[in-house]
Amino acid sequence: MKLKTALLGAAATLAFAPAAFAERGADGNVKVLYSQAVSIMNAYLSSGTKDVEVGSLVLEPLAGFDNEGNVIPRLVTEIPSVENGGISEDLTTITWKLTPGLLWSDGTPVTAADAVFSYEYCTHPEGGCAQAARYEGIEKVEAVDELTVKITWTAPKPNPFTAFVGATSPILQAAQFANCLGTAAPTCTEQNFKPVGTGPFMVTDFKVNDVVELAANPNYRDAAKPAFATMTVKGGGDAAGAARAVMETGEFDYAWNTQINPELQSQMEAGGKGVFVSAFGTLVERIEMNLTNPSPDLPEGERSTAKHPHPFLSDIRVRQALSKAIDRNLLVEVGYGNAGRATCNLVPAPALYASPNTDCIEQDMEGAKALLDEAGWTVGANGIREKDGKPLKILYQTSVNAVRQDFQALVKGWWNELGVDVELKSIDGGVYFGGDPGSPDTFQKFYADVEMYANNFDGTDPEPYLAQYLCDKAPKPENGWQGENVNRFCDPAYDAMVAELATTRDMDKRGEIAIRLNEMLTKDSYVIVPLVDRGRLSAHSNTLGGVVLNTWDSELWNASDWFRIK
Amino acid sequence: MLTFTIRRLLMAIPTLLFISLVIFLLVDFAPGSPMSQIPLTVPPEVRLKIIEAMGANDPLFVRYLLWLKQFFWVEPLVLFDTLFGTSHAHGMQRIVSWQSRSPVMDIIWQRLPQTLSVVGSAYVIGVLIALPIGIYSAYRQYSWFDQLGTFIAMIGFSVPTFFTGVVLILVFSVNLGWFPSIYDTSLRVTDWESFLKQVKQMAMPVAVLALYNAAQISRYMRSSMLDNLAQDYVRTARAKGMAERVVVLKHVLRNSLIPVVTVIALGIPTIFGGAIITEQVFKVNGLGALLINAIHGSDLPMVQTLTFIFAVLIVMFNLIADVLYGMLDPRIRYD
Repeated sequence: MKLKTALLGAAATLAFAPAAFAERGADGNVKVLYSQAVSIMNAYLSSGTKDVEVGSLVLEPLAGFDNEGNVIPRLVTEIPSVENGGISEDLTTITWKLTPGLLWSDGTPVTAADAVFSYEYCTHPEGGCAQAARYEGIEKVEAVDELTVKITWTAPKPNPFTAFVGATSPILQAAQFANCLGTAAPTCTEQNFKPVGTGPFMVTDFKVNDVVELAANPNYRDAAKPAFATMTVKGGGDAAGAARAVMETGEFDYAWNTQINPELQSQMEAGGKGVFVSAFGTLVERIEMNLTNPSPDLPEGERSTAKHPHPFLSDIRVRQALSKAIDRNLLVEVGYGNAGRATCNLVPAPALYASPNTDCIEQDMEGAKALLDEAGWTVGANGIREKDGKPLKILYQTSVNAVRQDFQALVKGWWNELGVDVELKSIDGGVYFGGDPGSPDTFQKFYADVEMYANNFDGTDPEPYLAQYLCDKAPKPENGWQGENVNRFCDPAYDAMVAELATTRDMDKRGEIAIRLNEMLTKDSYVIVPLVDRGRLSAHSNTLGGVVLNTWDSELWNASDWFRIK
Repeated sequence: MLTFTIRRLLMAIPTLLFISLVIFLLVDFAPGSPMSQIPLTVPPEVRLKIIEAMGANDPLFVRYLLWLKQFFWVEPLVLFDTLFGTSHAHGMQRIVSWQSRSPVMDIIWQRLPQTLSVVGSAYVIGVLIALPIGIYSAYRQYSWFDQLGTFIAMIGFSVPTFFTGVVLILVFSVNLGWFPSIYDTSLRVTDWESFLKQVKQMAMPVAVLALYNAAQISRYMRSSMLDNLAQDYVRTARAKGMAERVVVLKHVLRNSLIPVVTVIALGIPTIFGGAIITEQVFKVNGLGALLINAIHGSDLPMVQTLTFIFAVLIVMFNLIADVLYGMLDPRIRYD
C-alpha cells in the first residue's frame, strides 16, 4: 500500500509537469457525481455541504484553506497578519487587499463594495442566512477604497479568518444580488441558481436537485486555468452507486463522499478504473454520556435536566469502564476501513489543537471490570451487575444508519461482557437531528443514558466548538432544548478556561488551552467517549489529475487545477 | 353522460379539498424537521433564524390557508402569465421549496419530461407486451407458453425493482459496458447519434419498469380472457362456424378488454408519480426522485404539492376510467 501510494504520488508529480503548459478549456468535459444532489448555488441560503461545495466552483471567498488547514489567498494579494500590518496590533481590525484587475465572470470589476454587500446580505435580520456564524462579532465592514476591505471586530479577535474565508462565506456580486436582501433572498431564484462569480467555472444550466452544467469562466484570474472547458455535476442516488460510476463503469471522473463499507471498497477498487482518496478533518464519531437522569418516571421538564443527576453515569468510574471496554480499532475496521482511525480526542486536528492522548485505544476488559467492582457494582444473578438492588441497565440511542447499527451491536456485545444490560434504540435521522422541542427523540433532549453521533467544527479553530460545552449551553426546557452540551456537562474550571481561550492571542498558548479543554471532556472525565476520527472518502478516475482532497474547505477547492491525464 | 361527468367533476371539488387538508396534516405531523438538514456546526440561534425565514414556524392553519391560496390562485395565475405573456401574478408569493428556495411548480415542470419519457414509455411497452401474453396465455391455458408467462409475471411481481435495477447495472454497465448506469438529464435529442444515446440510457430503467407493469397487466388480461372464453356467446359463435381467429380476437378480446382498459387507465396516474426506486437506482431524477428527496429533507411545501397533484390525477383518471367504461360497455349507462 505504501509503495502504491508513493508510486501514485510520483506519477501525479510527473503528470503535473505538462499541466503547467496547458491552456484554458483544453481538456474538454469533466463529470462529477454528488450522491446528494445540489439544491442551490448560494452558500448563504443552504448549509448543506453539497450546495456549499458545488457553489464554491463559482463563488469564492477572499481566502480559503489548503489541504493542511493553512489560510491561502484567493481574491487577495496576501494573507493579512500582524507582521504585515493587515491585522491591527490590538487584533480588532483586519484589512484585506483585493488583487487589482480581478473581474467577475460577466466582465465587471470586483470591488471592496462587493465584500461589504456580502456581509450585509448575510447579516440581514430577515434573510435567514445559513452562514451567519461566520460574521459573528463584527462591528462593521467597510470599503476603505476600491480594493481595500476593512473589518472591525467588537472585541479583539484572535482568529479573524472567519468572515470571507472558506467556501461558507463567499463574495457575492453586489450588482446581481442588490434586490435580494432580507425576505427577498429566497425569491431571487435566477441569482441563487446562476450566481455571477469569480471562480474557475460559471453556471450554464441549473436543474434543481439534479444536474448543474458549468463552463470555464472566461475571466478567471489565471489565464491558463481551468483546464476543463465544461463541468457537469450530476446528483442523486447513493454512495455505492456513485462509487460504482467512477470505479467500475468509468462514467464519471469524480464521486463525492463515497462512504461505503471497507469490503465494498476493496471490491470496487478491483474495477481498476479509479482510486479512492481519503483525508482526515475534524469529524469524530463519539458516544456521549448523559450526566442527568433520563428516567421516564421523572415529570416532563425535569427529565434529563441538571435537577436530577444520573443514578450511575455521574460516577466517573462507570463512564471510564464503559470506554475501556470498547475496541475502537475493530470499529474502524468494520465501519470505515481506510477512511477512519481510532481516536480518543474530541478535537483530532489540526495538529496544534490535537491532544497526543491515546490511552483509550487499547481495549482493556479486565481494567473495566475492576473499575466497576471498585465502584460497587457487583455481578448479580443472570450476569448483570447491580448495586443496592438496582441493575446496571443502559439505553443506548443513535440515528438510523447501517454503520451506526453495526457499532451499536458491537458495543452492546462488549458492554454485555462487562455485565451491563444494554437496550438499543435507533431513531430516524430527520427526527434525531431535527431539534423539534416537542419530540422526545432529539439528540439534544437525550432521553437515554448514552447516545452516539458525529460532529465536527467549521474551519480550523476549535474555540466555538469547545465553547459549546459551557455549563449554560446545556439543552433544557428553558432554552427550547437547544444547544450541543447534551451531556449537561458543568465544570466552572472548564468555563473559566474557555473564557481564557477567547482572550488568548498567542497561537501556541491557544493550542495548549484547547488541548486541556479537550482532555477535560475526554480522558479526565469520560463525559465524551470519542470512537472514530472519520475521514472523507471520495473517488476519482485514473484519468483525472490534480485532485487533492481537502477537509478544511470545499472538496472542490482546487478544481481549477484539475486536468485530464492523457 | 355529460351530466354524469359534470356531477362527478363538481363532487371532486370537496373531495380534493378534503384530501388536501388530510395530506397537509399528515405531512405536518410526520416526524422530522427541515432542521435536521442543517449541519450541527451551525449554532442554534442561526438555525432558528433559518427556520423562521422559511416560514416553517407559522401556525398550522396559516400555512394551510397560504398554501391553498398559492396553489389555487397564485400558481394558475403564473401559468396564465407564462402562456399569454401577462403579469397578473407579479410580486405574489409562489409555493417555494425549502430545499432550493425556488418555486415548486418550476421544478415539477423541469422534472416532468424525464418521468414521462422513462416511466411513460415503460408503461406503454409494458402494456404492449402484456396484452398479447395475456391473450395467448388464456387461450392456451396451462400450455408451456402460459406456464412461462406465469413464471415471468411472478418474477416481475415479486422481485423488487431495486434488485433487478442493480443486477442490470452490474451486468450491462459494469461487465458488458453496453448501457450507461446513470441517466443524463441534460441530453438533448437533436440528431441520430443523440437519439441513440437517449435510447441507450432509457433501455435499462424502461426494461425494469416494463417488466413490472407487464407482469401486472398480463395477469388481468389473462383472467379476463378466461372469464369470457367460458361464456355461452363464445360457444354460439363457434357453433355458427366462425373462424377461431374471429372468435378470439373479435368477440372475446373486445369483451375482455373492458375491465383491462379500466385497470390501464387507473394506472396512468402512477406514471406521473414516477418510479421512486427505479429513478433513484438509475439517477433519472424525475418526479419520484423529487418526492423522495423532498421527504428526506422534510421539504414540506414540495411534498405537499406533489402528493396533492398525484391526488388530483388519481381522481381525474378515476373519472376518465368510469367514462371510458360507459363508452366501451353498452350494458353500462349513466343516464
